[in-house]
Amino acid sequence: MPKRVGIEVSLAASEAACAADVDVIAADPVTPQTHIVEHLSELVADGELDAEFMPVESEHSAMSACIGAAAAGARTFTATSAPGLALMHEIVFIAPSLRTPIVMVVANRALSGPISIWNDHSDIMAERDCGWIQTFAENGQEVFDLIIHAFRVAEDPEVLLPVIVNMDGFTLSHVIEPIEMLSASEVSEYLKPYNPQMVLDPREPITMGPVGVPEMYTEARYQAESVLNGSKKVIVKAWKEFAKLYGRSYKPIETYRTEGAEVVLMTMGSVTETAMTAVDRMREKGIEVGLMRFRLWRPFPVQEFRRAVKGIKALAVVDRAISFGAQGGPVCSKVKSALYGAPDQPQVFGFISGLGGRDITVEMFEEIVKKAIRYATKGKGPMYELIGVRER
Amino acid sequence: MAKVDAITGWKDLEIGCAIIEPGSSRRLKTGDWRSQRPVTDRDECIKCGLCWIYCPDIVYSPTRNGYFKWNGDYCKGCGICAHECPKDAITMVMEGE
Amino acid sequence: MMDATPRDFKKFTRKSLPRVEALAQGHRACQGCGEILALRMALKAMGKNIIVASATGCMEIVTSSYPQTAWEVPWIHVAFENAAAVASGIEAGRKALMRKGRLRKQRTTIVAMAGDGGTADIGIQALSGALERGHDFVYICLDNEAYMNTGIQRSSATPYGAMTTTSPPGKLSIGQHTWKKNVPAIAAAHGIPYVATASPAYYLDLMNKAKKAAMIKGPAYLHLYSPCPTGWRLAPERAVEISRLAVRTNIFPLYEVVDGQYILTKKIKKPKPVEEYLKLQGRFRHLDKKTIQEIQDRVDREYEALVQKAAVAEAEEESTEEAEK
Repeated sequence: MPKRVGIEVSLAASEAACAADVDVIAADPVTPQTHIVEHLSELVADGELDAEFMPVESEHSAMSACIGAAAAGARTFTATSAPGLALMHEIVFIAPSLRTPIVMVVANRALSGPISIWNDHSDIMAERDCGWIQTFAENGQEVFDLIIHAFRVAEDPEVLLPVIVNMDGFTLSHVIEPIEMLSASEVSEYLKPYNPQMVLDPREPITMGPVGVPEMYTEARYQAESVLNGSKKVIVKAWKEFAKLYGRSYKPIETYRTEGAEVVLMTMGSVTETAMTAVDRMREKGIEVGLMRFRLWRPFPVQEFRRAVKGIKALAVVDRAISFGAQGGPVCSKVKSALYGAPDQPQVFGFISGLGGRDITVEMFEEIVKKAIRYATKGKGPMYELIGVRER
Repeated sequence: MAKVDAITGWKDLEIGCAIIEPGSSRRLKTGDWRSQRPVTDRDECIKCGLCWIYCPDIVYSPTRNGYFKWNGDYCKGCGICAHECPKDAITMVMEGE
Repeated sequence: MMDATPRDFKKFTRKSLPRVEALAQGHRACQGCGEILALRMALKAMGKNIIVASATGCMEIVTSSYPQTAWEVPWIHVAFENAAAVASGIEAGRKALMRKGRLRKQRTTIVAMAGDGGTADIGIQALSGALERGHDFVYICLDNEAYMNTGIQRSSATPYGAMTTTSPPGKLSIGQHTWKKNVPAIAAAHGIPYVATASPAYYLDLMNKAKKAAMIKGPAYLHLYSPCPTGWRLAPERAVEISRLAVRTNIFPLYEVVDGQYILTKKIKKPKPVEEYLKLQGRFRHLDKKTIQEIQDRVDREYEALVQKAAVAEAEEESTEEAEK
């Protein structure tokens, strides 16, 4: 039986990579990702994990080394945060194009500037179109489970794409939670050894990453797009099997008390737990509010989302990043476009909050819900608004 | 099937657009780039092999009798072989002559 | 050559040149390309049990334009600045898989290759990191002294006075006004077991160094002189001649650094004046007598310093022997 232990979530993330028996870890330290790689290097140093730990000189090289290792047929893991993710940006796009099934944990942090080590989603939103499968964890248990799930999905012969598991920096990465840890032997039932389809091997020489001439570049990109969209069924199936084996079930979108809701809050990540408290409190006061969150962000689960919002009158989308100049947050923009043309679509109101480590409190969620109800009654609201921004 | 040009459907691309046939560039005959071609006078040739080793286009290949065979399919006519030949046994002649 | 060590090293001779080619015909390098020539020689020496990680650059585009590949060995291109990092990942991945019994144990040479831009400029961080981490791989810098693939822009390896499209001579400029960055010295400063320079004119020397680099465990760095007729405004047939002149003028001295010790592999008794080298190339055509003299003085000084370094190594060896006696 899996044991339930109190553990810092970052360490649990490392333990998940260890339970997945990774072969290569290439990473450079960056706050707040550091505890993950520190613990992995300890596990390797102690002989508990048989892997090559590559303390590379930059995140750009981390991702490059991961691609090399994966192309050589190794199960490969890395972790990073905002500045590191931004530095690896160029190579992040190449990993799915080469179909290298790397798993990366992003301890979400604000992008500079001004420099901020604290949590928001601006780092990952800048990479949302990079071609990776992307999931968001709400708590430590989910971080552990999503990492195991990530390897299973990434290495599926029908997928062969890299996966990012997002977890909020500090507010999730640095807290201690009770987590059911699966051992390597328990995981081995779910996750078979990686069987690469394209591998650099002198016995069967192939050329990886040839020049994408105009005659085939479109087709090359469509291969990546088509495989990413098609990965959703593998993702869902892998979650179902996970539930069968380990008892915890996951879906692309989670809903909480949405029955008969006038307004539904939309969130991603660990702030969802605060939003649940706010929903409970408002429900007690008789306000009909519910909650919805994306666990799967890419491929965007359009059908599930449309089904989930059926009958809902208004959505209050809480973004944790600004999409500069677009007059809205990236999640809200995506939500609106996903609803375009759908019958009986809800009104959508966008809110941006929790930037650079500023807490989103229960009271702030209550404020957001109240505003959304007011706008919905009037039938219109502002394009978007920043919650809690001081004018003077 | 080996592809000759890059016009392809996305379903026919290999995983990650890898090219799985090694050395498929041989299908590209770069010999039509040249305006001059080298001609070896075998009476002068001392079989030293410099034409073979100094050729950027891997145009010469050793033969059993010790001479080096020229392959016009790929020779771009750079003239290194003629320039480096220690016996001046190779001359560059205009194509068509 | 499973687990061959440098002790097993047998030099190639004119008679024992390997016939194996890792590159196929039909590549799209320019007429008289000295870069692919240097690469071809190095690959011949290393044999087919290799995996190559290539940087973006001339060699990448001329060998891998879809759907044709000139590669007969496993090859990967990821980006411009990261060939060393990709190679280090391949090496680490295979090491882990072999240790875990999922890959047959054997020594395969892992090669990273890049031009001078991909090495001296944008790739120097990834190179330094991979050398410092001690991966078992060979890094080949194919130095054609500018960004040729993008259209002959200057790099930090472009020689003093050279005309490139971003170091044009003009009323206020002699062309490139900085001196060539000494990347072999930077590589050697990492304390790696093997560094060498080589020129395709001296093909046996080049191939022997490439073979040695592949056999040595740990990081090895090869700096290969790679003449570019197109970018240097040089007659294509002179690509090998210029490679010889570069050595005979002491502009590109041939040496090894073995475990930190400099060894001159080609001593030039009566060096030719640099002018003989410069005048064959359009990129130096604009240089006046004063600048040519400046270059001559610098070349003399640098060669003397190199000889001193190599001499110091020998002197130290001798004094140790005396102490033992």
